Parts: sequence; structure tokens; C-alpha cells
Amino acid sequence: MNMLQAINNALDIAMAANPQVVLFGEDVGVFGGVFRATSHLQDKYGRDRCFNTPLTEQGIIGFANGLAAQGSTPVAEIQFADYIFPAFDQIVNEAAKFRYRSGDLFNVGGLTIRTPYGGGIAGGLYHSQSPEAYFAHTPGLKIVIPRNPHQAKGLLLAAIRDPNPVLFMEPKRLYRASVGEVPEADYELPLGVAEVLSEGSDITLLGWGAQMEIIEKAAAMAEREGIDCEVIDLRSILPWDIETVCKSVLKTGRLVVSHEAPLTGGFASEIAATVQERCFLYLEAPIRRVTGLDTPFPLVLEKEHLPDELKIYEAIKQSLSY
Amino acid sequence: MTGDELTIPIFKRLRQDGTLYREGDDVSLERVKALKIYHTMLFTRVLDERMLAAQRQGRLSFYMQCTGEEATVIGSAAALEDDDMIMAQYREQGALAWRGFSCDEFMNQMFGNELDYGKGRQMPIHYGSRDLHYMTISSPLATQIPQATGYAYGQKLAGKGRCTITIFGEGAASEGDFHAALNMASVHRVPCIFLCRNNGYAISTPSSEQFAADGIAPRAFGYHMQCIRVDGNDVIAVYEATCAARKITVETNQPVLIEAMTYRLAAHSSSDDPSGYRSKEEEAIWRDKDPILRMRHWLEAQGWWSEEDEKATGDQLRREVLESMKRAEKLAPPPLESLISDVYDTPPPLLQQQLEDLKQHIRKYPHAYPKGASSMGFSAQEIEQSRKAHEQWQPGGEQS
Ligand SMILES: Cc1ncc(C[n+]2csc(CCOP(=O)(O)OP(=O)(O)O)c2C)c(N)n1
Repeated sequence: MNMLQAINNALDIAMAANPQVVLFGEDVGVFGGVFRATSHLQDKYGRDRCFNTPLTEQGIIGFANGLAAQGSTPVAEIQFADYIFPAFDQIVNEAAKFRYRSGDLFNVGGLTIRTPYGGGIAGGLYHSQSPEAYFAHTPGLKIVIPRNPHQAKGLLLAAIRDPNPVLFMEPKRLYRASVGEVPEADYELPLGVAEVLSEGSDITLLGWGAQMEIIEKAAAMAEREGIDCEVIDLRSILPWDIETVCKSVLKTGRLVVSHEAPLTGGFASEIAATVQERCFLYLEAPIRRVTGLDTPFPLVLEKEHLPDELKIYEAIKQSLSY
Repeated sequence: MTGDELTIPIFKRLRQDGTLYREGDDVSLERVKALKIYHTMLFTRVLDERMLAAQRQGRLSFYMQCTGEEATVIGSAAALEDDDMIMAQYREQGALAWRGFSCDEFMNQMFGNELDYGKGRQMPIHYGSRDLHYMTISSPLATQIPQATGYAYGQKLAGKGRCTITIFGEGAASEGDFHAALNMASVHRVPCIFLCRNNGYAISTPSSEQFAADGIAPRAFGYHMQCIRVDGNDVIAVYEATCAARKITVETNQPVLIEAMTYRLAAHSSSDDPSGYRSKEEEAIWRDKDPILRMRHWLEAQGWWSEEDEKATGDQLRREVLESMKRAEKLAPPPLESLISDVYDTPPPLLQQQLEDLKQHIRKYPHAYPKGASSMGFSAQEIEQSRKAHEQWQPGGEQS
């Protein structure tokens, strides 16, 4: 299965298991979404449960908040993460604070927001952004990013069933490119828990989503030079798995964090600050962040802008020779 | 009251065969302007056909056509003064062509080369021109609509009798920005024309799933604004409606909403396949209402255009577009420095540092960043040497 098929399969299972799951967004109905993540679901579950909305992100998430408060389980799609900002208020001020402000009289725990994010598709300024850090500053949300089809299915099912609003960001570069074994059965992967992909003793490499593939390439390059990398997929940005990350850094003494979003205020900054607080005496080198530049996302010079395996490899070498 | 009793009629002048609905009426479009409009329509059609083909050949990453909507876009632009502001959505290349954006200028943007005014940062079709009073396109939908209200307010303060037109789709008219824009425009009385291209679809979503009422025009009433609905495939009707709207808005500082009823004949974009959501029959009905053909029939009836003119102009435009494309393709990419310029007026130290670090990295691995490397002065040969030198230890290089 590729990642789109895995997501489609997860949505299908969630809808079959729970009649309160409702899917909507721009073009998700007949067409199955511009990427086809919701293909055939309208045929199967009817127009009341899978439908096109008018073109209004604030409307979509506001509607989803109301629907979730009523007790349904909305899975709302924002067509591109770049277009989530009209809904920022509904997500940050409403979804995230619903439970808190009402003393849990009301909540929108059923809400899941799916949105494709990230670069590498020649999408320029407005089809390439990775806005996770904006949302990571918002207590009350969960943010989840899968790295492959297997993870996408298990994490999406967990997100839909989690009793908190979850922002589920899908690496669109991998939609068709990432293919792997995915069990047919219903399964969930835990939210808030990082996964150690490979153990190593010299340095910890940390990332999420589409960046994992690149981190693994860099690790393979370093390994050929005898550098033993521990590779961790954070999987959930909020809340994030401090224990797993710090445990690894205590062991390796070195950390490189990589994400596509710009450096300043990126989520790697949060990780770096926390890790140095908790692991200061064990660190053998400064924590390195390999990220996009502090600029909007370019088009022609996309390759130069993006953090790739060579940039991560250089950071690994620098960390080891510090 | 739901307003169902109130359906807004469509202002029409031309039948598809080029005859007027009311024979003997005067048409305010004189010969020179009519021929210029028609030439721009043909150019836009040729550009669209060639660029879609170029996209299919992999020469261009992306494209969006204006096909079927040329009368709306060009007819309205022709009704304005050249220094009225245009704030468009993305399918309005015809309006820019009307203002005189050259074929090379279109190409430079699409190929994101060193002459692109946008410096290779945006996807193809996100044009802009300060000289031609055409605001650079932004992909997030509807954001230009409230901006147009603000721009027009500034024009009112400047008192030079200029206005802004903002163009958007019926899909974009669902965004909160649209409603905010109309409300502020009527409250603050700004010289702004809001032109909705109601072309039936927002990607796959038909207008029947976009709004429940009688289209976009009646929304004007809620904002105490004048409106007109016009046949968007009828260039004379669009032209005259926009002339009237311009007169109202400039003379009285009242905004006007125009809804042009048309059809998006092509796919939404080069990434879209309409066969998944609409029928060939439906498309055929609209192909028979082709706005270019309709205008051609009218021009021929005036004795202003002929079969020979059509052929000669078509051939010449196709040649011009192809030659221009070849030129643009060959030009260099924007310099590496363009990564950090224009983020602010001048790059702050952190950005300069990031550029320096990047340059140092590219010096080490020029083959991995051929565009950046060549802009830093690496020759093709040096880049190739670097590739060979690194081949051995590239991931997968030796194992696979
Ligand atoms: C805020 C925002 N949401 C979603 C998109 C993705 N998108 C691009 S075009 C489009 C449909 C626009 O339809 P319409 O406004 O009717 O214009 P048309 O393409 O039909 O000319 C969508 C949903 C976007 N660009 N911006």
C-alpha cells in the first residue's frame, strides 16, 4: 500500500466501526479529495457522512468544532497545510481551548484535522509549508505526523479515536512515493510516543514525517564511516516524547534534529532547549538543528533551501568532531 | 423570506452566432478596441494551449488555463483605465495580456528564470507587474478581496479618480475574506469592483455544492451594494457592464459586485482530471458557447475580421509563443542570493549567515545543488567532477 491507500483504508475502517465518524472538506466528496485520500468513501457511506464543503477553511473547522461538541467524530480535511491559516482562530482559540474554558462541560475531543504538508514537490511558497510549530505553541491540541503508510494508518486511527482534538499532518511528498506493508486489520499506534527506528551509540538523529527518510539516508552515509547513529521518529509533535528522546541523548551524548520548517522558532528549538536542560552534563557537543532557511519556501532553489541528507551528514560529522 | 422569489436576470448582448439580442442596438465597443480585445483573447488561448502542452512534455511544472473565460477576463479589463488596479485570483492572464504584459514576461515567470520579476519563488502563473498595475498573485484564495477594498480606499483618499477591480471565483466567494471585503467596502464607500467569475466549479466542487441561493450577485443586497449579473461568455455584455460599474464606483465611491456567468472549460489545473467529476456532454454544451467564437462571429458580421486574419494571427501567435518559450527556458535560474533577499528590505544578519553557510556547503557538494552551484560560478564540468568524486559514497551508491 502507498500512504494514500493507507490513509483511505484507515478512514474506511474508522467509518465502518463508528457511525458518528463524518468526513468533509474541499473536494473530498465525489472526487475523493485532490490527492484521492477519501476516494470511494462517499459511495460507501453516503453523502451525509462524506461530503464537499464550500470553500472556507474557517467555516470547515468552525463547523467541525460544533459538530464535535455535539458528540460526533468529525474528520475535517484542509486541502493543503498552507491554507490552514484562515482556520487558525478556530483551531487555536476554539478547538484547543474548548475543554479548558468550559471546565469540561463541553469538548471537541472527537475532532481530527487532516492536512497535507511539506516540500519537495515543486510547490513553491504556498504548497510546501510545514506549519507544525505554530500549532505546537497551543496547549490543548495534539499534533501527529506519520512517516510511512504503516504509521499513517495506525496513527490516524488512533488520532480519530483520541478524546482530544488532533491535527494530523500528512507528508504529501510521500503520498505515492512511500510504499510498504500495511496490515489489513484495524490497529492503532500510540500518540505521544516516539519510535526508535535504529539503535546506535554515537549520536541521536531526530525528526518526523517526510524528514525521516532523509535522516535515515544520512545515517547510512555516516555509518559507512563507522559512526553509529540512533534514529528516532518523534511521530507526535504535541505532546512530545521527552523521555525517549532524552534517554537516547543520555546514551549517545549528541543530538541532531532536522525539520523542513525554518530554523527560528521551529520545533527543533523546543527540543534543543528541553534536552539541554535535562541532559546538559551528558552532552558531548552542541545540539545541531538542520532545517529550512529562515525564509518563505522558494521554488527554483527548493533543493538549496531544504535540509537534505548531505546537510544532515555534515551536521553529524561536525557534532562528532566537536 | 428566503429570497427565492428574487432571481437576478443575466445581462446579455450577443448571441452565439454573433448577432445582437436586440437588432439595431448600438454597441459601445469601437473597432480598434474590439480588435485589440479579440487579439488578446486569441493570444491567451494560444498561450494556454502551448503551455499546457509544455507541461505535458515536462518542460513546465504546472499550468492553469483561462479557457472559456476569456470574455469575462479580457472584456472587463478593457473597460478600465490602464492605471486602475487589478487584483486577480490566478486564472486571469488575459487581463494582464490586455495591459501589455509581453510573451517573454509571461514565460520568464513560468520558467522562474533570472528575469522573472518574482525571482523564481512562485509556481507558474503567479504573475505580477507594478508597471501594469497588476498585483502579484497569491495562492491562498480570496486574500486579495479585502486587500482590494483597502487599496481602493487609498485610491479614494488619493482622489485621482481611479478604482480597483478584484477578480475571484465563485468558490473563493465562500471564504470569510470575501464577506469581510464586501462589508468593509460598502461601509467605507470605496471605489472597488468585485468581479466574480462564476465558472461552475471550484476544482471538483460544482456550484450547487458551493452555495444554496441564487449565485453570488444577490449577496450584494445584504451589503447594500449594487450588483449586476452578466453573461460571462459575451464580451460586449461584460465590457458594458464593467464600464457601467466603473462609472458608478469612481463617481460615487460605491462598490459594485459583478457576477459573470461562465464555465471553466479546461481542467482546474494541469494536475486535475475533470473526467472524475463532470461529463463530456456537459463540457460539450459549453464548448458550443465558446466566447472567442462568439466574438469572432460578431466581428465578422461587422466586416472587421476574416478567415485570413484568423489564420495569419493564429500562426503568428503560435510562433511567437514557441520562440519566447525557447528563450525563457535557456535563461539561468535566479542567483542564490535571491533565497534571502526580499524577506525583509535588507537581509538581517542571521539570514546572511545562513546564506554563507549554505554557500560553504554547496562548495563541498556542488553536484547536489546544480542550480545554486552554477549561480556561484561552478562550471558544468566542475559539477560533474564533484558528482563522480562523491558517487562512491552516496547512499545506495555502492550497495545497489
Ligand atoms: C485558502 C485556500 N484554500 C484552498 C486552496 C486550494 N484551491 C486552489 S484553487 C481552488 C478552487 C477555487 O475555485 P474558484 O474560486 O471557484 O475558482 P476557479 O478555479 O474555478 O477559477 C482551491 C480549493 C487555496 N488555494 N486557498
